[in-house]
Amino acid sequence: MRALVLFVILGLLWLGLSGLYYKPLIVGFGVFSCVLCVWIMSRLGLLSGEGPIKDFRPVAALRYLFWLTVEIGKADWAVTRAILSPELPRRQRLISVPCLQSTDLGRTLFANSITITPGTVTVETEGGEFIVHALTDEAADMDNLLAMGAKAASIEEAR
Amino acid sequence: MIDLSSGLGWLTWDFLIDAMSWVLIFSGSFFLFIGSLGMLRLQDFWSRLHAASIIDSAGVGLLLFGMMLQGGFTLATLKLAFIVIFLFITGPTASHAVANAAFVSGSRPMDLVEDVTTKRKRKKKVGKK
Repeated sequence: MRALVLFVILGLLWLGLSGLYYKPLIVGFGVFSCVLCVWIMSRLGLLSGEGPIKDFRPVAALRYLFWLTVEIGKADWAVTRAILSPELPRRQRLISVPCLQSTDLGRTLFANSITITPGTVTVETEGGEFIVHALTDEAADMDNLLAMGAKAASIEEAR
Repeated sequence: MIDLSSGLGWLTWDFLIDAMSWVLIFSGSFFLFIGSLGMLRLQDFWSRLHAASIIDSAGVGLLLFGMMLQGGFTLATLKLAFIVIFLFITGPTASHAVANAAFVSGSRPMDLVEDVTTKRKRKKKVGKK
């Protein structure tokens, strides 16, 4: 079942990228590469067991995406100011941020969100907390990071 | 598409789309420039990583959205959307990989005012500081 879903998604992706649906040879190549990908994923054991889709809440994810875009915009502007200001940022920090998500999907999302927001980079993910490098004082604002963590946790199903 | 071409003179729908896409493309270029300037100007590896992060998010994002407006409802826009999606997943992952490699090899930022790793990691620190 999951193999079939994956095959359909890969097929749609291939169709979107190529746009060729009228040449049998090219379509054959597309089908072949999709089958190859599904076979490789089943050999890697990625098709069995629990996947990320089960814990996923699409509406919350969309809301999170909008919120994150605004946050990225704000952080972009803050780091731009730091770069353009006469004195360079000389107050860097390595801080520890607790990660309260229960699934791998939530943790991955949180770590990637921290990294994609300019001013903060997730450096190490071990033992229930992230070590985060912050460039400026305002990037190191713990309340903001915790709010991001709570929002990232909201898109996964509660266990 | 709403046809605004009659009655509004030069202010047509196409003109609005064009203007919006140029604003997006120019502001994306501005952030690319800022990111490159930061790469040159900032003092160490760790802060330069953040300059690269600006290019990753604001620069490329705005540029590609501007290009999407130029593309209209075509296959090219769909491909640009795929690029945005994949870039927003792989970009931070690559940044994290680079930062983690530097961290594990013992590199630390200059001018640290707070460092949670000094207390616990002192014993098993590898490499030179």
